Amino acid sequence: MLKTFSLGGVHPAENKRSANSPIEVLPVPPVVSIPLAQHIGAPAQALVKKGDEVKVGQVIAQSAGFVSANIHSPVSGKVAKVDQVVDASGYRKAAIIINTEGDEWVEDIDRSAILVKEITASPEAIVKKIGEAGIVGLGGATFPAHVKLSPPPGKTCDVLIINGVECEPYLTSDHRLMLEKGEELLVGIRLLMTALNVKEAIIGIENNKPDAIAHMEKLASEYEGIRVQPLKVQYPQGGEKQLIDACMGRQVPSGKLPIEVGAVVHNVGTAYAVYEAVQKNKPLIERIVTVTGLSLARPANFLTRIGTPISALIEAAGGLPDDTGKIIGGGPMMGKALTSTEIPVTKGTSGVLLMPQPLASRKPVDPCIRCAKCVSVCPMGLSPYLLMPLAERAIWDRAEEENVMDCIECGSCSFTCPSSRPLLDYIRLGKAKVGQIMRSRTAKA
Amino acid sequence: MNKLIVSPSPHVHSGDSVQKNMYGVLLALVPALAASVWFFGLGALIVTLTSVLACVLFEHLIQKYLLKKQSTIMDGSAAVTGLLLAFNLPTNIPLGLIIIGAAIAIGMGKMSFGGLGQNPFNPALVGRVFLLISFPVQMTSWPVPIAARGAYIDAVTGPTPLSVVKEGLSAGRPFSELTAEIPSYLNLFMGQMGGSAGEVAGVALLLGLLYMLIKKIVTWHIPVAVVGSIAVFTGVLHLSDPQAYAGPLFHLLTGGVLLGAFFMATDYASSPMSKRGMLLYGAGIGIITVLIRIYGSYPEGVSFAILIMNAFTPLIDKYIKPKRFGEKPAVQKA
Repeated sequence: MLKTFSLGGVHPAENKRSANSPIEVLPVPPVVSIPLAQHIGAPAQALVKKGDEVKVGQVIAQSAGFVSANIHSPVSGKVAKVDQVVDASGYRKAAIIINTEGDEWVEDIDRSAILVKEITASPEAIVKKIGEAGIVGLGGATFPAHVKLSPPPGKTCDVLIINGVECEPYLTSDHRLMLEKGEELLVGIRLLMTALNVKEAIIGIENNKPDAIAHMEKLASEYEGIRVQPLKVQYPQGGEKQLIDACMGRQVPSGKLPIEVGAVVHNVGTAYAVYEAVQKNKPLIERIVTVTGLSLARPANFLTRIGTPISALIEAAGGLPDDTGKIIGGGPMMGKALTSTEIPVTKGTSGVLLMPQPLASRKPVDPCIRCAKCVSVCPMGLSPYLLMPLAERAIWDRAEEENVMDCIECGSCSFTCPSSRPLLDYIRLGKAKVGQIMRSRTAKA
Repeated sequence: MNKLIVSPSPHVHSGDSVQKNMYGVLLALVPALAASVWFFGLGALIVTLTSVLACVLFEHLIQKYLLKKQSTIMDGSAAVTGLLLAFNLPTNIPLGLIIIGAAIAIGMGKMSFGGLGQNPFNPALVGRVFLLISFPVQMTSWPVPIAARGAYIDAVTGPTPLSVVKEGLSAGRPFSELTAEIPSYLNLFMGQMGGSAGEVAGVALLLGLLYMLIKKIVTWHIPVAVVGSIAVFTGVLHLSDPQAYAGPLFHLLTGGVLLGAFFMATDYASSPMSKRGMLLYGAGIGIITVLIRIYGSYPEGVSFAILIMNAFTPLIDKYIKPKRFGEKPAVQKA
């Protein structure tokens, strides 16, 4: 029996249409738009102004606190303006817009394909470099990576877990990365292990990617302490808490971080970015983005500069299908519906998914029949059927007692509900309100 | 290009629906219906058709003319109630009583509480128990299987194995002697005994349960808890005095245990939501069933047991929550 997490979960149609499409380099776009808030935490502060000349890899916005991240120019050219543009959230947010001229890089970046295996940097130097390079969680959570590498006092990490699960349907960027950049990825994992001072790393991969499992197992055999853990296909296995449970049988307590059970989780994409930053001195200026959809002509995986409008990716993948009803940034379970094709790729954009019209709309809502399927599938052991009416009726204290804050927003409940009830919509509302109440309570105390 | 739809995640749906579940239950009941027609013939057809049509019609009329809402009879839930009500009636029951039962099941049991998903008690059982208490004679005359095939109201009747054993044991006769007067366990399992239309054929009900489990319409918890608790309880009694108490196999294969455990107790709206709650609820049904059968005045107690535990469902849901992630204590680090 393959390992998986212990509670709940669903298995949506995988539809990994782009799994066999090798990574292609997308041409540098003529204009990029780089939001200052593309990570969790404080938005970065712009260091450039209209008319400034920038090179690829130059810092253009500076981390604005401990939980924040630097942003580097993904292109060379001239800053057109610092303005408000609509980002993936649907709101207008501050962004730097650069008109591309040529492709001139900062000199000390090693752009060669030579694998640098030897690790010379000290743990502190690695963490510092990761922070400088603006690396955030590339699985989609965009939490600044260096923060996770600095455990709070008194807490120690004994296992590094590398997330190669890619449990979201359709997405294949991590899959392709493991197949094509496995060597670099393992050096990245070694760097993270050095930074955390751990002896053990587990790469969790679902067994719908047997080629990636075999490839990584072969490569990992040369490294001491790194092993691959094949996992049963089960969504949301890529959730931090679920992945730790699946790989190690440890359950992170409610409201706590993985470090509580001695684990730190990083995505394969993040580990690769760490390799590039530390060994090649290359900051995070590009990422792999899956462009896919049931009606798309040529589903693909593109190595894309940050700030590229998604329209460029869609064009390169065969153009926007006529039946497109919804464009999703990310996967279908947790991704965000986008408001236009001009939204830029950011550090957290793992995919662009084009949903055809009939699938884009929600189904009509029926009454709850108390089938208990939402309870069965909830990976956190919550009662979505109960949390929804509590949020609808604004009964926040009861919602808190029912552990609404434990919800990881995986969407398994809404996905499963035979009555198509918008369970997660209301649970999100509950989380927002209860979160506010809890914060004001601690502020008072 | 079409207008883009912007809505929160998740953006895909399993495709499950109320209809799929309800029609799934109907399909799961087909083997039992076939067995019923095989054993009781004409009566089974008349009772089933009348009950299903009456339930669907009452739901339609109430929604359209009383509540002035859109009729939702196509969701299949009224048909499920109708079929289950029929399965709980003897196949020689007069048409009028079936229609009264259907009116009570749908009107009182379901619509008065708000319709689909809102009923605190299993609607079919509300209808059945209403009829049992109001028309005890008609509700407890049982056509003899196969012999009754060609007839309806005037079908040949006889006692059920449950009443034979109950009366025999209370008259002081040993169980081993009574087993000669009832069909073999194999025949009981195949359904060759007097009883309600749909309850007799254990094998057909088991097939239906398997289908529902495979289709994930129900989980194993309630059926296993009911059957398991009855088996354990009657097993202990039987071991304590094999002549004074019938064995677990007899109790499981007679009366409405399997129909109740698989199809009535698992009614979504009136059963608990958490796995642990389901186990407790199922065990409660099993224990109450045995208590009524052995110590009560009725030979059968499944319907009452289910209705009593239905009443505890809100309480169970309030105090017994699903197992939470992180409940298991974190493994100590070496």
